[in-house]
Formats: sequence, structure tokens, C-alpha cells
Amino acid sequence: MLRKFCIAIAVVVGAAQPLSAADVNPQADAKAFKEYFTKRFSKVPLNDFVNGPYSMDEGLRKQWKAIDEFPPYEFAIEQGKQMFATPFKNGKTYADCFPDKGIGVRQNYPYFDTKSGQVITLEVAINQCREANGEKPLDYTKDDMAAVTAYMAFTSRGKPFDIKIPDDPRALAAYNNGKQYFYTRRGQLNFSCASCHVQSPGDHIRTEVLAPAYGITAALPIYRSAWGGMGTTTRRLRTCNSQVRGVPLPGGDENYRDVEYFLSYMANGLPISGPGARP
Amino acid sequence: MRNLIRLTVALAVGGFATAALAASADDFKAAYAKAEAASKQAHAHKNEWTTTLGALKAAKAAGDAGKFDEAVKHAQEAEALANASVAQSEEQKKLWPDAVVR
Repeated sequence: MLRKFCIAIAVVVGAAQPLSAADVNPQADAKAFKEYFTKRFSKVPLNDFVNGPYSMDEGLRKQWKAIDEFPPYEFAIEQGKQMFATPFKNGKTYADCFPDKGIGVRQNYPYFDTKSGQVITLEVAINQCREANGEKPLDYTKDDMAAVTAYMAFTSRGKPFDIKIPDDPRALAAYNNGKQYFYTRRGQLNFSCASCHVQSPGDHIRTEVLAPAYGITAALPIYRSAWGGMGTTTRRLRTCNSQVRGVPLPGGDENYRDVEYFLSYMANGLPISGPGARP
Repeated sequence: MRNLIRLTVALAVGGFATAALAASADDFKAAYAKAEAASKQAHAHKNEWTTTLGALKAAKAAGDAGKFDEAVKHAQEAEALANASVAQSEEQKKLWPDAVVR
């Protein structure tokens, strides 16, 4: 009873609108989310959703299979591996900042940090690690960040997402903020994330096939042919904002952290497939 | 003579009309300030539109070049876009739950 009361207060204060505790039920959300996609795309094997547009379009899938014989993200994995092993100026490495020395842990990110009361994505954790060891944080969108996360994702391939929402009203508020961000229309084109990735997966926008939201974070970071290089989760989100004529948020913004938390929780049980390659 | 008077009157009326329609530096400053205020509101909602910033930039460039008519027009466009993005944010606070997969 007390927990429900706390949740209701946190949500009302956090989201500044009168939501009841019954409206914030991550487990029910995840169940409905999975059912929506698996019913709508009943021929797509469950674990194939993490392959995004390739799970929706046979022709595109064939191209991907051909491209994947010489994966364009391979250089990023190598660079990330090297960065991971290179000591900081104080002699420590990334491995000192992460559980299991950072190997095979991608599936546990983002997580809710009960000390700071914030969602910690893998990218945020990498920068926290650097700053704690006297190094400058990496740009959230550029190649170095993509390289480290690519290597960490690669060591976690096949491991199922295991995102937890602790028994903390702040965690629920963060989850709900991410959910709100995902479903909120923005930009001059008046699109939400859901407009493309829930309502229209498999459809084309010009030459691109839209990916389903279910499992969409599993392949990140990605090499995008359209970018001619690697991109981080932050880059992907910022690009989505720009594409609807919205001004992107800065890297590490609370909304970006929370929406990744929401989406990754929705993907619980699906395997990490990153780094990925996309058109 | 009569034609000369007509011409003089026509030019004078035309001149006054142009003077009345032309925007001044102060008009531009006022319009730009209003646009900036609206844009700050949109920023507070974390929902600025790229087109708003584009129109603000165009307004400033025209203002700096002394093209005040054009500058006011761009500033007014920026203000309208910013106000629309704020209205979108306010509306979406109520509407987003309707889109949730249940």
C-alpha cells in the first residue's frame, strides 16, 4: 500500500500529471509491447526482431547477409578492444570500472543507479569511468564512443537483455519519463518515436525500411551506410530528432537516458546483437 | 502644370505609404525579442524545432544587413514556429498516453 502510494506521488511529481500507480506498470507494458509486435509480425522469429529492418524485408535481409561477410563495424570492434586495453594516465583501464571487467555486460545496460537517482546507460557509464580516472569524457556521438561500446556489445552478443527496475519510485518515474518521451510527438513534422517504430515498422520512408521498436536497442552501436561510419545510441536518437525537424538534445540528456531505459526494458529477453550494420 | 501637380501628389502619397510600411531597426529588435522569448519557452520544453532556429538565424542576418522588412518577417515566422512547438508540447502532455501500446 505504502509502495503504491510512493509510486503514485513520484509519478505525479516526476511527470507533472495525474497518473495513477495502475498507469505505470512496466511488466504489463512489456507484455503488451511484445504481444503487439509478435502478433503483427507473426512470421518473424522472436529473436530476429533485434535485426531491425532485416527482420521486416526479405530483399534487405539478403543484402545484409552479403554485407555481413565483411562486417563494416569490424574496425570499430578492433579499435574498441585496443582502447579497452590501453591504460589511462593513472594506470587503470575501463575494465576497472565495470562488473566482470566489462566483458559480456552490455545486456545489463541501462540500469538505474539508486545512489545518483539516475539512469546510467553504457555510454554514460563509459564517460563516468573516464572522468573518475582523470580522463576527458568522450563525445557521445563520435567514433571513439562507438568503438568502446561496439567492443563491449560484441563481447555480449547473444546474451539476453536483463534490464531491472528497482523497487524505487525514482526508477519508476525515470521509466515513465522514457515511456512518455517515446510516445510524445515532437518536431515540426509532429512525429513520435512510436509513429515510425510502432505504427509503421516494415513500411518505407523513402528508401529506408523502418525498424520495429521491439529490440531496437539490441544492435547498437551501428554502422550506418547513410552515415558512412559508426554511430552510437545517442547519435541514433539525435538523428531521429533531426529527421522530424526537432532540435536534438545534448548527449547524456535525461530524456535520452530514460527512453533507452524504457526501450531496453521492453526488449528484456531478446539477445544483444550489436554492433550492427544498417543501410 | 496640372500633370506636374498630379505627379507630385502621387509621389508624395507613394512616399508616405512606403515610409509607413517600411520596418525600422526598432521594429526588428522588438520582433526579434518576441521570437527569442518564444524560442526560450520551446527550449524549456526540450522541443525546439530546427525551423525555428533557422528563421531566427535568417532574421538576425537580415537585421545585421539592415534589411529590416525581411528581418521582421523572419522574426515573426520564428515566433509563430516557436509558439506552435510550445503548443505541441502542451498538447502532447495530455495526448501521449493515447498512443501507448496496451
